[in-house]
Amino acid sequence: MSARDPLLWRRAGAIRAKEWAQVWLDPSTFGLVVLMPLILMFLFGSAVTLDVHGTRTGVVDQDHTRASREFINTLSRNSYFRIEEGPSVAALERGMQTGALRGIVVIPDGFETGLVRLQPLDVQLITDGSQVNTATFLTGHLRGALKEWVEAEAGELDIPVTPVLKILPRYTYNPGLESRYMLVPGAIGIVMAMIGSLLTALIMAREYERGTMEGLLATPISIPALVLSKLIPYYVLGLASTALCVVVAVFGYGLPFHGSVLALFLIASAFLAAVLGQGLLISAGTKNQFVSTQFALLSGFLPSLLLSGFLFEIDSMPTAIQWLTYIVPARYLIPSLQSVFLVGDVWKLFLPNIAILLLFGGFFFLRVTRAITRRIA
Amino acid sequence: MAEAPLLRLENVSKRFKGGRRGAPPVQALDEVSLTLAPGRLLGLVGPDAGGKTTLMRIMAGLVEPDSGTVEVLGGPVATLDRGLVGYMPQSGALYAELSVRQNLELYARLRGVEPRDSPERMDQLYRLTGLGAFRDRPSGKLSGGMRQKLAVACAVVAAPPLILLDEPSVGVDPVSRLEIWQLAQELAGPGRSVVWTTSILEDAERCDEVLLLHDGQVRYAGPPAGLAQRASGKVYFAPLSDAGRRQTLQATLELPGVITANIVGAGLRVVSRTGAAPAGDHWQPVPATAEEGFAATLDDGAVLTPSALAEAFPLRTGGENSAAIAAVGLTRRYGDFTAAQDISFTVAPGEIFGLLGPNGAGKSTTFRMLCGLLAPSSGRGTVAGRDLLTARAEAREAMGYMPQKFSLYGDLTVAANLKFVAGAYGLAGSAASAAIERVVGALGLEPYFATGTGLLPLGIKQRLALGAAVLHTPPVLFLDEPTSGVDPLIRREFWHHINAIAARGTAVLVTTHFMDEAENCDRLLLVNQSEAIAHGTPAELKRHARQGGAAATLEDAFIALIMAQRASAGAAA
Repeated sequence: MSARDPLLWRRAGAIRAKEWAQVWLDPSTFGLVVLMPLILMFLFGSAVTLDVHGTRTGVVDQDHTRASREFINTLSRNSYFRIEEGPSVAALERGMQTGALRGIVVIPDGFETGLVRLQPLDVQLITDGSQVNTATFLTGHLRGALKEWVEAEAGELDIPVTPVLKILPRYTYNPGLESRYMLVPGAIGIVMAMIGSLLTALIMAREYERGTMEGLLATPISIPALVLSKLIPYYVLGLASTALCVVVAVFGYGLPFHGSVLALFLIASAFLAAVLGQGLLISAGTKNQFVSTQFALLSGFLPSLLLSGFLFEIDSMPTAIQWLTYIVPARYLIPSLQSVFLVGDVWKLFLPNIAILLLFGGFFFLRVTRAITRRIA
Repeated sequence: MAEAPLLRLENVSKRFKGGRRGAPPVQALDEVSLTLAPGRLLGLVGPDAGGKTTLMRIMAGLVEPDSGTVEVLGGPVATLDRGLVGYMPQSGALYAELSVRQNLELYARLRGVEPRDSPERMDQLYRLTGLGAFRDRPSGKLSGGMRQKLAVACAVVAAPPLILLDEPSVGVDPVSRLEIWQLAQELAGPGRSVVWTTSILEDAERCDEVLLLHDGQVRYAGPPAGLAQRASGKVYFAPLSDAGRRQTLQATLELPGVITANIVGAGLRVVSRTGAAPAGDHWQPVPATAEEGFAATLDDGAVLTPSALAEAFPLRTGGENSAAIAAVGLTRRYGDFTAAQDISFTVAPGEIFGLLGPNGAGKSTTFRMLCGLLAPSSGRGTVAGRDLLTARAEAREAMGYMPQKFSLYGDLTVAANLKFVAGAYGLAGSAASAAIERVVGALGLEPYFATGTGLLPLGIKQRLALGAAVLHTPPVLFLDEPTSGVDPLIRREFWHHINAIAARGTAVLVTTHFMDEAENCDRLLLVNQSEAIAHGTPAELKRHARQGGAAATLEDAFIALIMAQRASAGAAA
């Protein structure tokens, strides 16, 4: 195989044309490139949420004073709670057992008196310890609501309130603290990781399984040219899929888009180079479509979901697992994607990530050209 | 020969690691040497698993030999310019969903020919293959013969000096086989050489040179006449009467002085071990064929004894009018494609009935409907009087089935496989043990009893597959392409058993695309392009086709019938 093949472009073009024709004739490609991103975007954008809204909470008022009534009214107006009043804890306990209630707030007798006389207040919250997350959220929200109410009430009653310093939180880039703002860009990353590795996981294995690889290898096309020509159509499809996701994110879920299209394009391209290469390597290694898809899901989708910082913060992982995240390409994509949507072009963040992703891509590409040999056996 | 050889192989060996842990390595090629001069046609022949494909891949630079020299086009194969070799792999390497044009243009560009710049070359290929009218048809929807022609065209599109075609004519109808053959010869032309592999020894006779490979070893190299020479003076022919053909064949096969015997045309051909004619004065000496030469080469002196396998079968006489197998208007449609159209026939107890046709003609579809593996779109079938729609389980119990592909568990031992099959047929306890003992004894499988099936030699696998199908001594036996790609001695042994089993009153249904297998049948149904085109005894079919000329063999008859079908299809269109 000579390094300078005068007919290289013709041969590469022939492979590209063939791949496009196959994509066009294969309905499953449409499903993979259009339907699957839409379904995943819907799932992560609408169905999966880390927010607590309208948590059904029981309230037992043992005080029966103006103050206790007002506090309950304040809670009812708070969107985090859906309040259900009961005469006693025992009466509401049934709801806790069935899961109809997530917690019970008990306002003690002497709530108002204690407030006026500046005596320590004990409002009891009974939560469901088996739902740790909900319980934590509920505790936090109740504490906040109580504090705010006490401060407001104190002003009205002209009671001196001890704390002078107040924390005024401002959640930059996500003022509403909506988890969707974090989840949707992450979901785009997951979609890209999944279709990227699945698209290419199939294509090489298919050539081997059907015996067409033997035909291609017997022609003069060089292996790098063959691999690159096969990649290009799927890179374009991956970009199209990404664009579709972005449109859904901005127009469907109302995400802001503070960054530039150029930045998005560069980040997406670098990431696709990495995952397409990964899929290709799997495909060339297994030579079997079934094993290949299983492997692509295990090595592409799952790590992207679990180890990229998408669902679980990397900082709170055990150190060993944190090291593991460095070999997950999605780790370098998702922070950049979140920034491009919510913050803007932060090239200081993008450029190193793009560089690392391109290194991944280059590594996989080299491995693939090594894994595919002229030898059939 | 002043010109340098196009191909020169010297002492080429290749060994493959065993597929499983503990499996012995397979010696695919053992010290193979060959040279091929420009302009010659070399036939690489021999049974399956003989090393043909490995040798082709070595010449195409796709497999590296363990030892030996390989020179292609005057240089070592490692530096080969792939543009100068047109290699067609056995799979054909076509993209089924892509059209004829897309496939051809893909390979044209890969091989450096821009279709737009060389329209005359493309037109020539379309004309020679007869595919001009099907340019936009997906290659997967072509008939087997057309598909093979397209694969050949894809391999030779750049008119390379060396053409390597791996099994280009496997499983196609005899007309297409001839056409592919002509295509190869036209494409070869002066200065171009073709290497062509086939498991059909008949094809060897059309080549300039023959290399016969068996178990990785060269068993013969030279002109085809030389292979036939091996049996020269040992082949005799005697006319056969239509009645009792198989009985005569069976008796002849059991003679100690006979290597093999085959029904061909209107008589019986015998390869004698000693050179002396069998007893009787009606035997005429005739010129030997390549296949007979091969049989004489392989002869190990073994003498066939009456089949012990058949002795366990109860003698079933059955009424004259009771059909063991009946197909009535069997039709199977897939969408707008009809795979089998209105197929009807009956098989009597003790009869061997052949479904003959090329791959994709509809014989497998018919066969699967009769096995109860596929529901017919219309029509019905019965096996041993049991309806396949209403009494499928009972019908299945009455049949033994030997699939085309060896389908026993490769990692289980022979004993475990037989035990499993016995259980599947409802044999248990002492009945199962007795049946297994009987089959193992009759087929000489004792030495392999505890061996993993995947490690068995081809011939033993063939025996085991037959043994598994007849464990329960069924009244009906289905055989799907039973002896494609096996050597003549394995084929002889196999048919010897089948003939004996049929003689006990078992009905046998065989699908095949081999004419010599079809000659063994009492009656035949010729299937082509989803339709039954003729029906009758081999003699009747030959007589029917002889009207047009001096056809004498079943192959000639088949060709005449396919031509007639094509002509009427052409007239209708």
